[in-house]
Amino acid sequence: MTGWTGLWSDRRRVWLLLGYAAAAAALFAAPLYLSDFRLNLLAKFLAFAIVALGLDLLWGYTGVLSLGHGVFFGLGAYAMGMHLKLTASGGRLPDFMDWSGLAKLPWFWQPFKYFPVAVLLGILIPSLLALFLGFFTFRNRIKGVYFTILTQALVIIVTTLFVGQQAYTGGTNGLTGFTKLLGSPLRSDSMKTALYLATVIALIAAYALCRYLTKSRMGKVLRAIRDGENRVRFLGYNPATYQMATFAVSGALAGLAGMLFVLHVGIISPSMMGIVPSIEMILWVAIGGRGTLVGALIGALALNYAKSGLSEAYPEIWTIFLGLLFIVVTVFLPGGIAGLIRKGAESLRNKTGRRNEHESGVHPVLRGSNRSV
Amino acid sequence: MEMWITQLFNGLSVSSILLLIALGLSITFGLMGVINMAHGEFIMIGSYAAYLTQNLFKELLPKSAFDSYFLVALLASFLVAFAIGYLLEILLIRHLYGRPLDSLLATWGVGLVLQQIARSIFGAPNVAVNSPSWLNGGLHVMDGIDLPYKRLFIIALVAICLAAMYVYINRSHSGRRMRAVMQNREMAACLGISTRRVDGMTFAIGSGIAGIAGCALTLIGPIGPNIGTYYIVDAFMVVVLGGVGKLVGTVLGALGIGVFNTMFEWWSTASLGKVFVFICIVAFLQWKPKGLFAVRTRQLD
Repeated sequence: MTGWTGLWSDRRRVWLLLGYAAAAAALFAAPLYLSDFRLNLLAKFLAFAIVALGLDLLWGYTGVLSLGHGVFFGLGAYAMGMHLKLTASGGRLPDFMDWSGLAKLPWFWQPFKYFPVAVLLGILIPSLLALFLGFFTFRNRIKGVYFTILTQALVIIVTTLFVGQQAYTGGTNGLTGFTKLLGSPLRSDSMKTALYLATVIALIAAYALCRYLTKSRMGKVLRAIRDGENRVRFLGYNPATYQMATFAVSGALAGLAGMLFVLHVGIISPSMMGIVPSIEMILWVAIGGRGTLVGALIGALALNYAKSGLSEAYPEIWTIFLGLLFIVVTVFLPGGIAGLIRKGAESLRNKTGRRNEHESGVHPVLRGSNRSV
Repeated sequence: MEMWITQLFNGLSVSSILLLIALGLSITFGLMGVINMAHGEFIMIGSYAAYLTQNLFKELLPKSAFDSYFLVALLASFLVAFAIGYLLEILLIRHLYGRPLDSLLATWGVGLVLQQIARSIFGAPNVAVNSPSWLNGGLHVMDGIDLPYKRLFIIALVAICLAAMYVYINRSHSGRRMRAVMQNREMAACLGISTRRVDGMTFAIGSGIAGIAGCALTLIGPIGPNIGTYYIVDAFMVVVLGGVGKLVGTVLGALGIGVFNTMFEWWSTASLGKVFVFICIVAFLQWKPKGLFAVRTRQLD
C-alpha cells in the first residue's frame, strides 16, 4: 500500500507541475487568441480571482468569514482611481471637486499624485484597516458570526461614507474619466495587453504567496484554528495573531485586485464595494471549493463567466440563480467544484484499485467544529 | 430643548422598529445558532401583505370600512410571515444546524430569491400604502413639539409585542420549552421536549414578528422589494450589542443603537453618524465581547 501511495504522490506532483505550467502558458498566451473584449473580460475576472485567493486563505483555511472584502477591494480601487483621476486632471482640481466647491486638493489626495506611492497605499490602506479591525475583534475572541456581522456593518459604513462625502470621493458616481497611466493612454491596445499581463503576474504571485503560506507551518496553524481554536490556544499558540495576519494579507490581496480592476474597467463607484459584491466574492470561494486555492480560482472564473453570460441576457434569472446557488452550495455541496472533482477522482481511483487513504474526505473534526453557540 | 425632545423621540421611534426586527433574530440565533439573513425579506413580506390587504379593502368593502384595514393587515402580515417562516425552517434551516456561517450564506440566498420574486410580482418601484385616517396628525405636547400618532402607534405596538413575547417566553408552556432548549438542547431533548417542533415554532414566531415590523413600516414610508436590506444590518448590530438569548439585552441594544444613531446623525451628517455608531459598538465590544447580556455557559468550542 505504501509503495502505491508514494508512487501516486510522486506522479501527482509531476501532473500538478504540468498542470500549473499549462495553465500559466494558456494565461500568458491569451492575448494571442482572445479578442480585445474577451481579453479585457478575462483580465477583470483574473483580478477577481486574486480576491478569491485572499478570501479562501481567510475563510477556507482559517475559518473566518468576512463579508467586508468589498471594502478592501474598493479601497485599493479608489487608491488607483485617485491617482488616475489626478493624472487625468493634469494639475488642476478633479472635476467633481470643482462642482462641490472645493478650492484646493485635500491633503489626503496629495500623495496619490505619484504612481508608486498610490500603488503602495492601495495595498497598505486595506491591509492596515484589516489589521486594525482584526486587532479589536480577534484579540477579544469576537469570532464566528459576530465577526462576520461586524464586517458587514463595515461595508455599509464605508459605502455610506463614500456616497456621503461627495466632495472628497466623487459620491455615487465614483471616480471615472481616466485617460493615462504613466504617460501612455489607457485605452490603447498595447496598454491593455500590458495590463493583462501584469494581472496574470500578480495572480501568479498571489497564488504562490498563498500556496507558500498554506504549505508552511503557518498554514498548519491556520487549519488548526479553523478546526479547533481553543485547542490551538491550549497548545500555546495565540490564534489572534494568526487571524490578524491572515486578515491583513487577505485585505492586501483584495486591495491589489481592486487596483487592477480599476485599470481594466476604468471606473470605481461605491456600488462596486457594497454588500452584494462583497457577498458575491464569498460565493466565488464557496462554489469553487473552500480550503483549496485552485478551487477559489475556478470559482471566481466560473461564476463570473456565468454572470456575464446570464445577467446580460436575463438579469432577473441571474439574481434567482445566484440565490439558489448559495442554497445549493451550502446545503449539498460544501466542498464546491473542487470537492466534486476530488470525489470523482477518488471514486475513479477506488475503481482502479489505487486507494489513497490520506485523502478520504473531510476530517471528522471539521464537521462539528463550526459550532460556536 | 424642543430639538432635544424631538430627536430623543425620533431615536426612540427608530429603536422601536429595530427592536421589533431584532427580536426574532436574537431568539433564533440564541436558540438554533442560525443567522437568518432572509429576516429582512420577512419584513418585506409583511409590508406587501399589508399592501395587499389594503387593496382588498379598497376593492371589496365600502369606504367607511377602509380605516379598519390596518388592524387586519397587522394580523395578515404576522400570519403570512409566520407561515413562510415555518416552511423555510422545515425545508432549509433544519439542515443547517450547528453551521452558523453556512446558514448565513444559505439564508442570504433565500433572501435574494424572495426579493426577486417580489420584484417580479409587484414591480421594482416602491408602492405606497395609505395609512388609516385615525393615525394622521400628531399629539401636541408643547410649542414646537408634535409627536406624530403614527410613530406613537408604532412604539405602542412594539411595547405590546414585547410584553406578549415576555409572557410567552416566561409563562407559557411552549415558551418554557423554548427556553429549555436554548439553555441545554441535549438535556431538553432527554426530558421529552421535541426540539424540532420548538425550533420550527420559534423560527416561525421570529419571522411573524418581522412581518409585523414590515406592516408597521408601511406607516412610515413607501415600501419596495429592498426594504428589508435597509434595516437588517442594523438589526444584526442590535443582536451583537445586546447579546444573545435575553430580551433585556435586545431591548437595550436596540435603544442604544437607535438613540445614538439619531443623535450622531443630528450632530454630524448621516454618513458620519453611522461611522461613529460603528466605532462605539466596536469600542463597547472591547469591554463586553459577548454583548450586554450573554447566557452564561461553560461550553468551549
